[in-house]
Amino acid sequence: MSARTELPRWVTLALMPALNVALAFVIGGLVVLAIGESPLEAIQILMFGAFGYGEGWGFTLHFATNFVFTGLAVALAYQAGLFNIGVEGQAYVAGLALVAGLAVDQIHWSVVLITTTLVAMALGAIWAAIPGYLQAKRGSHIVITTIMFNFIAAAFMSYMLTQVFSRPGANSETETLDAIGRLPLLREFMPFFGRSPVNITIFLAIAALIGVYYLIWHTKLGFKIRVLGQNPNAARYAGISAVSIIIITMALSGALAGMVAVNEAVGVQKRLIIGYVGGYGFVGIAVAFMGRSHPVGVLLAALLFGALFQGGQELNFEMPSVSSDLVVIIQALVILFTGAMSEMFRPALERLFIRAKPPPEKAVAPAPPANQPKSSGEQGSGQ
Amino acid sequence: MANSPPANDQRPSGAADSEYAVELVGINKSFGAVHANKNIDLKVKRGTVHGIVGENGAGKSTLMSILYGFYTADSGDIFVNGEKVSITDSRHALRLGIGMVHQHFMLVENFTVLENIILGAEDSALLTPSLARARAELATLAKDYSLEVDPDAVVEEVSVGHQQRVEILKALYRGAEVLVLDEPTGVLTPAEADHLFRILEQLREQGKTIIFITHKLREIMAITDSVSVMRQGEMVRTLATADTDPAELAELMVGRRVLLQVKKGAANPGETRLEVRDLVVKDEMGVVRVKGVNFEVKAGEIVGIAGVAGNGQSELLEAVSGMTAPVLGDVIVSGKRVSFHGDDGAGRLRKAGMAHVPEDRQRMGLVTSYEEWENSILGYESDKRYGAGLSLDIPAARNEARRRIEKFDIRPADCRLKTAKFSGGNQQKIVLAREMDRELEVLIVGQPTRGVDIGAIEFIHSQIIAMRDAGKAILLVSVELDEIRSLSDRILVMFDGNLIAEVDPADADERTLGLYMAGVEEPATESDAVAAP
Amino acid sequence: MSYTAILFLLDSSVRLAVPLLLAGLAGLYSERAGVVDIGLEGKMLGAAFAAAAAAAVTGSAWIGLLAAIGVSTAMSMIHALASINMRGNQIISGVALNFLALGTTIVLGDAWFKRGGITPTLSLDQRFGPIELPFVAEAANVPIIGELYVQLISGHNILVYVAFLAVPVTAWVLFKTRFGLRLRACGENPTALDTAGISVYFLRYKALVVTGVLCGLAGAYLSIGQGANFTDNMTAGRGFIALAALIFAKWRPWGLLNTCLLFGFLASLQIRLQGLELPGIGQVPVQAIQALPYILTVVLLAGLVGRAIPPKAIGQPYIKER
Repeated sequence: MSARTELPRWVTLALMPALNVALAFVIGGLVVLAIGESPLEAIQILMFGAFGYGEGWGFTLHFATNFVFTGLAVALAYQAGLFNIGVEGQAYVAGLALVAGLAVDQIHWSVVLITTTLVAMALGAIWAAIPGYLQAKRGSHIVITTIMFNFIAAAFMSYMLTQVFSRPGANSETETLDAIGRLPLLREFMPFFGRSPVNITIFLAIAALIGVYYLIWHTKLGFKIRVLGQNPNAARYAGISAVSIIIITMALSGALAGMVAVNEAVGVQKRLIIGYVGGYGFVGIAVAFMGRSHPVGVLLAALLFGALFQGGQELNFEMPSVSSDLVVIIQALVILFTGAMSEMFRPALERLFIRAKPPPEKAVAPAPPANQPKSSGEQGSGQ
Repeated sequence: MANSPPANDQRPSGAADSEYAVELVGINKSFGAVHANKNIDLKVKRGTVHGIVGENGAGKSTLMSILYGFYTADSGDIFVNGEKVSITDSRHALRLGIGMVHQHFMLVENFTVLENIILGAEDSALLTPSLARARAELATLAKDYSLEVDPDAVVEEVSVGHQQRVEILKALYRGAEVLVLDEPTGVLTPAEADHLFRILEQLREQGKTIIFITHKLREIMAITDSVSVMRQGEMVRTLATADTDPAELAELMVGRRVLLQVKKGAANPGETRLEVRDLVVKDEMGVVRVKGVNFEVKAGEIVGIAGVAGNGQSELLEAVSGMTAPVLGDVIVSGKRVSFHGDDGAGRLRKAGMAHVPEDRQRMGLVTSYEEWENSILGYESDKRYGAGLSLDIPAARNEARRRIEKFDIRPADCRLKTAKFSGGNQQKIVLAREMDRELEVLIVGQPTRGVDIGAIEFIHSQIIAMRDAGKAILLVSVELDEIRSLSDRILVMFDGNLIAEVDPADADERTLGLYMAGVEEPATESDAVAAP
Repeated sequence: MSYTAILFLLDSSVRLAVPLLLAGLAGLYSERAGVVDIGLEGKMLGAAFAAAAAAAVTGSAWIGLLAAIGVSTAMSMIHALASINMRGNQIISGVALNFLALGTTIVLGDAWFKRGGITPTLSLDQRFGPIELPFVAEAANVPIIGELYVQLISGHNILVYVAFLAVPVTAWVLFKTRFGLRLRACGENPTALDTAGISVYFLRYKALVVTGVLCGLAGAYLSIGQGANFTDNMTAGRGFIALAALIFAKWRPWGLLNTCLLFGFLASLQIRLQGLELPGIGQVPVQAIQALPYILTVVLLAGLVGRAIPPKAIGQPYIKER
C-alpha cells in the first residue's frame, strides 16, 4: 500500500457511508423494478408510510427504539474490536425479565419498568459475558461462540416457554401483564401517534444513546475500550487488561441488547412469546456499521431502519407484489457495503480529489500508514 | 546439477561468460517516506560466499527481497550471469536460479518436510509422483551437502536447524544456483550454526553462489570470501574478507557519527531503584532472547545498554516494563518485587513509579488515530488527576496536554490534532512528555531518538539528563553508540542475550565498544563454537 | 426399540445429515484456503430457492440443480470480491450474504409465485426422487443385512449419494493432489505459497467456486431432493450447524462425515423423542438435544475437551507488499 491520499474528514465520515447506503438503496430499487413496479412510487409509499402521518411516525419510532438498543450493543462491542453477532440471543434470553415483571405487575407500572429493566439488562449481560470470557480467557473466537449462543438461546427459551413459564392453556407464551403494570404508551398523552405501540421505553433509548456516548468518550473505561479496539499493543503497553475490558464490554453490550425485552416484550406484547425478538438483533449489525459505531450514527441509522420496517409494511399493503422483506435485502446490502466493502469508493474519490486539488494539502508530516513496515523494509518479506 | 528439476531448463543459457552471478546497479526502493535502499550497487562473484552486513533497518532484507522478486525496485537494474533481467515475482527469480532462505521461514508448519519441498514446484496435478521424486532427490542432496532431513517429519515438530535445512533444500530442489540466506543464524543454536556453515562450504565447493546476510561480524569473518557493508539504506563499502577485521567492519556498520555535545555533570548515584535478577525472556516464537541478565540502576544515574539491534534488548525492555512476563527472574522496583500475574503488568509498574518510553512508538507507544491529548494520558488514564470517579476529566487532560506541548515544544501546538499528523520527532516528544512529566522513580527509555531530527535529539537528550539530575534512575537502551556514550554514566554491552561487559564511558572509545558489540571480546562461552575459517 | 425402528431412526439421521455434510464440505474448501465462511446458510438458502423456482418453471430437477449452483456460486463470488480483493471483513461479508438470501428469496418468491414466499409444490418427476439400488428385491428377503440394505442404503435421491461420495473425493483432493496441497498451504501460511510463486488470490477464488458449487448442492437437496418446494428461511440454521460441525471435525473431511452423522442423528432423535415419556427419566426436553451441537461446539472451542485449531491464516486478507 503506497502512502494514502488524505481525504477530507467529511468525505470519509459522511460522503463515503452515504454513497454506500445510497448504493444499497439503488440495488433495492432495481429489485423493485425487476418485480415490475416503479421504484420511485415505492419509495414514495415507503416514506409516506413511515413519516406521512402520526401513526406511521409512532411505528417508525417504536422500531427505531429496538434498533437503537441493538445497534448500540453491536457498536459498543465494536469499539473494543469485538464483533458481537449474539445480540439476537442476548435480547431473547433477556425476555425472561417479563416473568419478573409478572411478579410485580399488581403494584404500579413504574415498578414493572424498573424491575424488568434491571433483570433484562442483567440477563443480557450474562448471556454476552460468557462468550466474552471464553474469548478473553480461552481464546475461543467470539463470532463463532456468539452465533452458537444465539441457537442455544433459542433452544433454552423454547424450553422455558413451553415447559416452565407457559400460560395454562397455551403452549408457547407466558401470562399477560396486568393492566396496572403495563408501560404507558405515548399515544395516551399524544393522540398524534394513533394506534402505534411506541411507549416510554423510547426515553430509555435516548438515555442509552447519551449514556453510551458518555461512556465511550467521557469515561476512563471508554478510553480503555477504545485503546484496546484501536491498538491492542498500545493497550498492553499502557497496562490495560485486555481480559477484563473484553468481559466488561461484552457484558455492557449484552445489557443494551437486553433492553429490547423492555420495549418489545414488556412494552408492546405485554407477554413473552416464542421468537419475540424477530431479527431486531441482526438489524443492529446493519445499524452499527451504517452508523460507524458512533451513537449519533446509530441514532440516524436506527431511524432509517425504523422507517424501512414501518414503510415496508405499508409498501406491501399498497403494492402487494413487493414483500415487506425488501427491507431485509436493503439491510443485507447496507451491511455488505458499509461493513465489508466500506472502502469501495475510496480509490475513485481519491482520484477525484487529487484532480480537484492538484497539490494535496500538505499535512504537518504525514505519518506512514499503520500497517506499513516501520523503519524500513527489514521485516518486509513477512508482510 | 544432474538432478535438477525441469524448472531448470528455462534458465537462460549461454550467458555464463560473466564472472558475476548477480549484479545490482543503482537500486532504489522507498516505502512511503522511508528510503530503504539508496542507489545500491552490488556485485557477487560466482562460486563465492558474499556477506552483507549491517544493523537492523540498514536495508539488507529489502535489497534481497528485490533480488528475489518479492518487492519491485523503484529504479535500478539487475543482472544475473551478466544478462539484464527484470524480476517480477518469486517464480521468475526461481527460474533464474535464485533461491532465498528467509529470516522467518516460509514453511507451512503442519506440512511434512516433503510436502514443503514440493509446494509450488509440483510436477503434476497428482502429488504421489512429485513426492517420490522429491524423496529421491533429497537423498542425493543430503549426501552431497550434509543436508540431512527427515522427509516425513512434520515441520512444526522438528528443530529450527532442521527447518532451515528444509528451506535450503527447497531452494536447491528448485535448481537454485544463487542462494540468499537472510539472517540465517538468528534462530540457531551454536552447534546448528556450525552445521550450517559446513553446509555452506560444501555448497561453495560445488560452485554455488551464496549471499549471506547478517549483523554478526564473527560469522562474516568465519564464512565469507567478500563482504559488503550497508548502513541506513546505503552501501558503504565492499571488501575482501581477508583484508579486513571485525573492528573495521563494526566501525563501518555503526558509522562515525558526530558526537553530540551534551552538557552533563558528574553523576551522583543514590540508592538502588531498579534491580533485575536472572531475567530470562522468550520472544513470541518461543526463542530465548534474554539469557539470565543481572543489573541494577541507582537513583541519579543513567545506565546505557549498548548493542547491535536484535541481541535481546527489545525483549529485555518488554519484560522490565511489565509488558511480557519473563520465563524466570525478578524485576525489583524500589525494593519491591513486581508481580507478572495477569495481562496488565505494565499498569502495576507504572503505579510502582516506573515510566517507559517504548522503542517503537507507533506500534505501542501511541494510538495514532487518537487526538494528541488522548495520547498524552495513555497508560495514566486511571490517574485521579484525570477525574476522581469513573468519568474522564477531559478539560483537565487537555489543559495538561497544552502545558506539555509548551514545555516540550511539541509542534503543531494543537492538542486536538490526530496524532498520526505529527512528525516522528514530535510524536516522540508526545511520548516523552507523557512519561517524564510526572512523579516517577525509574525511567526506561528505548531508542529515544530513532527517526527523530537533529534539533529534537538535542532537546530529548537534555531532558533525559535533567531527569537524572533530578534523582531518577534511568535505563537507556539504544543502538546509537554516540547516544549511549554521551548520555550514560555506566555502559552495559548486550550481546546474544547476555550482558557481556560493563564499560566506563570515559574509557569507552568507539572501537572498543564496537568490538564488544560484535561479540569479539566476549569471554569464552559455548557460543564460540563457530570456528574461524 | 425394534430393529426396524432403529433402521428408520438411522435412515432419517442420514437424510438430515446430508445438507449439513454438503454445506460443511463447502465450508471446508473455503476455510482451508483461509477465508471464513459465515455465509454458508445464505448460500444454501439462495440455492434452495433457485432450485425450487427453476424446477417449478422448467419442470426439470437438473435445471433446478444448475440454477442452485449458479446462484450459490455467484454469492460465493461476492464474498470473494469483498474478502479477497477489497480486503474487507470476511465475517461481515458472510453475515450480509445470509440476510441477502433471506430477503431476496422471500421478495422474489412472493413476486413470482404469489404464495407468500412459498414456491409451487413439485411433482415427483420434477425433483430428485429415490433411486433404487440393484438387488433390492433380492435383498429384501435377507434378514438383518438385507433389511439394512433396503432401508438404509438404497432408496435415497442422487444428491445423498453425491454427498457421501464427496467425502472421500474431498479427502483425496485435499491430501493427494497439487490443488489440495496449495489449498492447505494457503490457509496456513499464504506468504509461503506466495514466495513459492503461486498466486494466493487466484487460489482463494478457485476454493470459493468449489464452496459455491457444494452449497448449491446442499440447497438443491433441501428444496428439490428432500423437500418438494421452497419455504421461507427453509435452511433454518443448518448452515450454522454445518459451520459448527466443521469446527467440531477440526476441518477434516472424514471427521466432518462423522460429526454430520452425529448431528443428523441428534436431530432425528429429537423428532422421535418429542413428547415421549421415557421410563425412569420422564419427558426428555427436546430442546436439550436441539442445543447439543451448539453446546458441544462451544465446549470444544473453549478447549475444555480437545482443541479445535483453525487454519492459521483464516480470516486475514492477504496483502502483498509491493
